[in-house]
Amino acid sequence: MSDAIKVYPDKPKKVYFYATCLVDIFYPDAGMAGIQLLEREGIEVVFPKNQTCCGQPAYSSGFNDQAREVILPQLSLFPEDYPVVVPSGSCAGMMRKHYPELFAGTPQQSQAQALAKRTWELTDFLLQVCKIQLQDQGEPIKVAMHTSCSARREMGIAEVGPKLLSQLGQVELVEQARSAECCGFGGTFAVRHEEISGAMVQDKAEALQAAGAEHFVTTDCGCLMNIAGYADKQKMPMKGQHILSFLWERLQTEGKTPENAGGRS
Amino acid sequence: MTSAQEAVQEFHPRVHAALENTQIRTNFRRAMDGLMGKRLAAFDGMDLEGLRDLGAAVRLRALSRLPELLEQLESNLQKQGIQVHWAETGDQACEIITKICKARDAKKIIKGKSMVSEEMELNHHLEEAGIEALESDLGEYIVQLAKETPSHIIMPAIHKNTDEISELMHEKTGTQRSKDVDYLTASARQQLREKFMQADVGVSGVNFAVAETGTLCLVENEGNGRLTTTAPACHIAVTGIEKVVEKLEDVTPLLSLLTRSATGQHITTYFNMISSPRKAGEKDGPEEVHLVLVDSGRSSIYQDEELLDTLRCIRCGACMNHCPVYTRVGGHAYGTTYPGPIGKILMPHLLGLEKTQDLPSASTLCGACGEVCPVKIPIPKLLQRLRKEAVDGDSLRPSVVQGHGIKRRKLEVLAWKGWSLIHARPGLYRLATSVLSRVRSLLPSKLGGWTRYRSAPKPAAKTLQQQLRERQKLAVAANKGGQA
Repeated sequence: MSDAIKVYPDKPKKVYFYATCLVDIFYPDAGMAGIQLLEREGIEVVFPKNQTCCGQPAYSSGFNDQAREVILPQLSLFPEDYPVVVPSGSCAGMMRKHYPELFAGTPQQSQAQALAKRTWELTDFLLQVCKIQLQDQGEPIKVAMHTSCSARREMGIAEVGPKLLSQLGQVELVEQARSAECCGFGGTFAVRHEEISGAMVQDKAEALQAAGAEHFVTTDCGCLMNIAGYADKQKMPMKGQHILSFLWERLQTEGKTPENAGGRS
Repeated sequence: MTSAQEAVQEFHPRVHAALENTQIRTNFRRAMDGLMGKRLAAFDGMDLEGLRDLGAAVRLRALSRLPELLEQLESNLQKQGIQVHWAETGDQACEIITKICKARDAKKIIKGKSMVSEEMELNHHLEEAGIEALESDLGEYIVQLAKETPSHIIMPAIHKNTDEISELMHEKTGTQRSKDVDYLTASARQQLREKFMQADVGVSGVNFAVAETGTLCLVENEGNGRLTTTAPACHIAVTGIEKVVEKLEDVTPLLSLLTRSATGQHITTYFNMISSPRKAGEKDGPEEVHLVLVDSGRSSIYQDEELLDTLRCIRCGACMNHCPVYTRVGGHAYGTTYPGPIGKILMPHLLGLEKTQDLPSASTLCGACGEVCPVKIPIPKLLQRLRKEAVDGDSLRPSVVQGHGIKRRKLEVLAWKGWSLIHARPGLYRLATSVLSRVRSLLPSKLGGWTRYRSAPKPAAKTLQQQLRERQKLAVAANKGGQA
């Protein structure tokens, strides 16, 4: 839980960017948006080439050995003392809260602890460390936000997304019923207990829709894949997006998507 | 193994049936929404975090001295005339209680609410011994009429709505059908009142057993606990060994937390403190009082520094009230005495992982339970631990829970080994993900349970890593161009 008090660093010149596997494979626009938002803040983004997955899928399934095997070579990807920013509440939570547990009593213990301390969820970092100011360029829109359970409870950043969205003049944030309730993703839970997961995502998608949102944004790609996947299958008109993609899009004057805006200016 | 225990293994079919039953889903959703709201209102204006810290500290302090506190409790109770019995298993506890009843030639027992008695299936044992046990807590009474088990530890009949209860009471007791809750309650009370007077023995649970003063505390709302423990000539209290606290002042924060977390009440209607049988010259109270302390797997939990936190529980039920899984499937789907998050972390110790193998994974680890637990049990962390135990997944920290490794299936082990093979080798990972992007349109649109409810996720045309490499090349080229 979010018991430990967070001490935010001063705004740095450089950060390490840990993309997470879901962003890398399924939602690269969210990663690119995150990188560009950081660069917009004058921060140099270092992307360690040899990153893969934070190890969470195996860890939350109880396969700690395999999780450690995947994490071990990645512990040394961040040699300088820059903050490590992650566009996901649950992967950031994995690194911040669970790496120290996993490596307790091993030779990597202090390395894991040090990494945990300087790992930040990216929207939290943009708001609290960069003190980002957003100027909305988009059309009026009603948006609902689903904060992932890890972002809310493990990282304690439930207020971050709404605060960022409130900077956008044309965006109306609508609140869905039972907004703090889980969407039913839970990693391998969604396939191990497919029926419960299905019932949960149905309720979540319907609550978002009932709130009158044309669009919903999330902090985590797991929730996004789950809720948007359900909405798509049920042919609901509502579309979902990672909050970083959404924020970046709202800053663009010509409606450029983050993907095609990347590096070509 | 009893039928109730066998049924635990049938988790998936039970879940399926519960989810199909819209009445159950509606009943639970409505009830849990109400309870969450009441809890929040009850803590309004209080330093909830401070109180939870205090509650956790009190329980931890008690557990850290558990063996000596139990001895102190025993000795103080004995001095005050209460007989203390120790039971290693639920069956032993049932035998002890049956023996006490037989010694008194007792035929009729009235029971206050006790989850430990549910856990050891006391009613079933007593029935076999020819002793009639009647539940007097209204919820338990309804559940007993329906020949069911409690679906919630605080509100045993929460799975039923008023119409269902009215129909049940009409069928079993001849009560007129009614939508008036007060009428139904009054009718049940009337029938129970007679039974209290006829009962030879009263059996109750214990919420807190105070070691320093030898006091058994019982929290209740209906007065049935007061009657159960005072009207019959003999009172038998039964409880788990973890319920002991050090001193009387420890009860104050725990009681504040318990009633607010459970039902959103500032205090319950009745709070009973039992410290002796009837003394000479007193006009009421039982002439004989017993305490049966049940281990039933608890001391094995106690051996493990991490699992020990399970024993902090004060049985408020807030974790189930806030659990998105419990809210969807209800208590019976779990097939265990204690359902919901606390059931998932407690039952594997009481029954072994063999019989509870699907429970630790039946959670999204959303953390809602841990967030509301009045004594700050790190429930998600303990679920994680039990998942690891179920698959023997950590060679650095060997498994200890009975039945560990039961879920270690060859195919899944192979899958995780394959997964780690790719993800521990960045070159291989990049190759695999770029291939995945290239064949994205050829990927299956059906992915088992996932696509039963959702569209299949589609990899992006280019991975982020590919896009960043291209971006880098362009930047380098632009740089060179600039220099030329």
